[in-house]
Amino acid sequence: MAVVSTRAGRLGNRIAIAAVIVVTLIFLSPIYWITSTAFKPLVLATSVPPTVVFEPSITPFVKLFTKRAQLTTPVDPAVYEAAPWWEKLVLDGGERLSRDGRGEVVFSAYPDRFANSLIIAVTSTLLAVSLGTITAYGFSRFRVKGEADLLFFILSTRMLPPVVVAIPMFLMYRAVGLNDTHIGLIILYTAFNVSFAVWLMKGFIDEIPKEYEEAALVDGYTRMQAFFKIVLPEAATGIAATAVFCFITAWNEYAFALILSNRRAQTAPPFIPSQVGTGLQDWTVIAAGTVLFLLPVAIFTFLLRNHLLRGMSFGAIRK
Amino acid sequence: MANIQLRNITKTFGTHTALKDLSLEVADGEFFVLLGQTGAGKTTTLRVVAGLEKPDSGQVFINGQDVNDWGAAERDVALVLQQYSLYPRYTVRENLAFPLKSPIRKTPQAEIDAQIARVAKTLRIEHLLDRKTDRLSGGEMQRVSIGRAIVRKPRLFLMDEPLSALDAKLREVLRTELKSLQVNLGATFLFVTHDQVEAMSMGDKIGVLTDGRLVQVGTPYEIYNSPVNTFVARAVGSPPMNLIDGQVSGDAASAIGARLPLGAGKAGAGEGRPLLFGVRPEDLHLQSGAPVAARVQDIENHGVEKIITLRVEDKFFHATVPKQANLEVNEDVRFTWDPEKVIFFDASSGMNLAHSAA
Ligand SMILES: Nc1ncnc2c1ncn2[C@@H]1O[C@H](COP(=O)(O)OP(=O)(O)O)[C@@H](O)[C@H]1O
Ligand SMILES: [Mg+2]
Repeated sequence: MAVVSTRAGRLGNRIAIAAVIVVTLIFLSPIYWITSTAFKPLVLATSVPPTVVFEPSITPFVKLFTKRAQLTTPVDPAVYEAAPWWEKLVLDGGERLSRDGRGEVVFSAYPDRFANSLIIAVTSTLLAVSLGTITAYGFSRFRVKGEADLLFFILSTRMLPPVVVAIPMFLMYRAVGLNDTHIGLIILYTAFNVSFAVWLMKGFIDEIPKEYEEAALVDGYTRMQAFFKIVLPEAATGIAATAVFCFITAWNEYAFALILSNRRAQTAPPFIPSQVGTGLQDWTVIAAGTVLFLLPVAIFTFLLRNHLLRGMSFGAIRK
Repeated sequence: MANIQLRNITKTFGTHTALKDLSLEVADGEFFVLLGQTGAGKTTTLRVVAGLEKPDSGQVFINGQDVNDWGAAERDVALVLQQYSLYPRYTVRENLAFPLKSPIRKTPQAEIDAQIARVAKTLRIEHLLDRKTDRLSGGEMQRVSIGRAIVRKPRLFLMDEPLSALDAKLREVLRTELKSLQVNLGATFLFVTHDQVEAMSMGDKIGVLTDGRLVQVGTPYEIYNSPVNTFVARAVGSPPMNLIDGQVSGDAASAIGARLPLGAGKAGAGEGRPLLFGVRPEDLHLQSGAPVAARVQDIENHGVEKIITLRVEDKFFHATVPKQANLEVNEDVRFTWDPEKVIFFDASSGMNLAHSAA
């Protein structure tokens, strides 16, 4: 298309940019809301109308990582003076930190649940993407009997809303002892993502000319070596895009995590809201937990952003 | 170096038979060209030799050894394709090093450097070595592709229309380079093309392939002067051979309403049946007093010669004349043919009578 640099064209551009800004703001507003709440004092968290200007504090984050109890009597000034600055923040709010027998601060379950989320999401993403890539390669390069039917079958596992199978899954997992285990959730998320990974990767691998591998075969490499040396680097963009999607799905999954895990293997999504109702409803702590929870996906996506952009426009440019 | 032999190769894809009972021999050090239209089965033949495709039946021999159970890596052949054969993420140098670094060769680095230097010099791509391959022009890419083939001194070179994506000038340059490369290396080449000029100018031998069958194998001279049938006759030569309906009567040919002379001893063959007389454009001569009357329909100037289209009633024939010839469109002329050069084809089967008699 020719570049039209008329006044109307520039005006059109500006309107488009303005529209993009408005849409972006709308999408970012919940994130602003949750982030600002995470830095608010408790009294401002639920104020109506919402407070926009306030003095940010990291008290909610201190609370997020600790166990606390309501102060019943005013705190002893000597104890207050001796406390580190972050403990003072809690004491100011009328709570004291729980300590174990040796006087050490007791951590909340949040770090463990966050680690569970990381372990489960990363492992299931690695598995889903690897299995998906190998399967897609097979479908793309070899004459597979009933290829179309098999691909349809793989996709059909995604046609049911997953929650429909929640109860059977729960019973099955209980029977085989997979309830509340990391392995259990990893298997589930891998199974859930692999169909998607196969389809996405097949599209990407189909676009890689098979001549590259055949040249490698003739040049003295085995099919396996050609796959790792030629196909994988070529498919990097697709792998990155697929990995981001799988990671986001596994990271954000709520319903199955709620049903199939409760302590040891519980992930962050069911844990964060479970904080509501222990003591008073401290929305700032929930917000702090949510903000930290958003970071891994944001970082992961940011790191892969170049691949992603190319991945999204792959078909559009080549076709 | 090596010779190759294909014996009764048949290859089908689904219901479509790409190669039908194909037998072919390429001698050591020979430049063998497979010539055929798109879809004739040229690429399939190369892939079968390279080990990328398994034939349904038949055998492939390299140096007398049956290689049917060998993988592509073990056959030690090099393959150059029309496009796509360079690894896009690698530099030219890495592309050239790739075959040498393969696990079955494991060439030491010093040797790799030496080989790359040698190849880069031969192909004049030294200045490109550190460039990414997607920054190369078509001609440069094909040079590098050829470089990747010759860097490891394979037993056999397979080339699938390596020049056809290039523009005409470059094609001519690379044609000459490739041919002299082959002569210098003394290598065996199996070269595929749909371009008859390429085939005629490069091949020691040409195999004409159509519809998965090899119709004729011979030197360019044999193919040009003694085509086995009308298909081959019209596949090589530009403009193609004239085919003139007629029959032998007495010691002359009667065709297009005239009696044309025949060489001594030629008249006997094919007497009494419908024939097609094949005459190359350079063997049609314009002369006053010649037996056939025609009108000049068109004149094409080709530098050293002119190609003229002659019209006799509703039939058209091509003749080449020297560039000095003074002719005008719509001029009435008379022509005859070189009686020694006329080829007799059976009108219904299209077979060259000289071949079917032998
Ligand atoms: N992988 C394949 N699957 C199905 N048909 C094929 C395949 N490869 C080649 N063919 C068919 O076989 C015939 C010969 O193909 P090919 O060898 O590529 O011809 P050429 O190289 O002479 O143009 C064609 O009709 C083509 O459509
Ligand atoms: Mg081809």
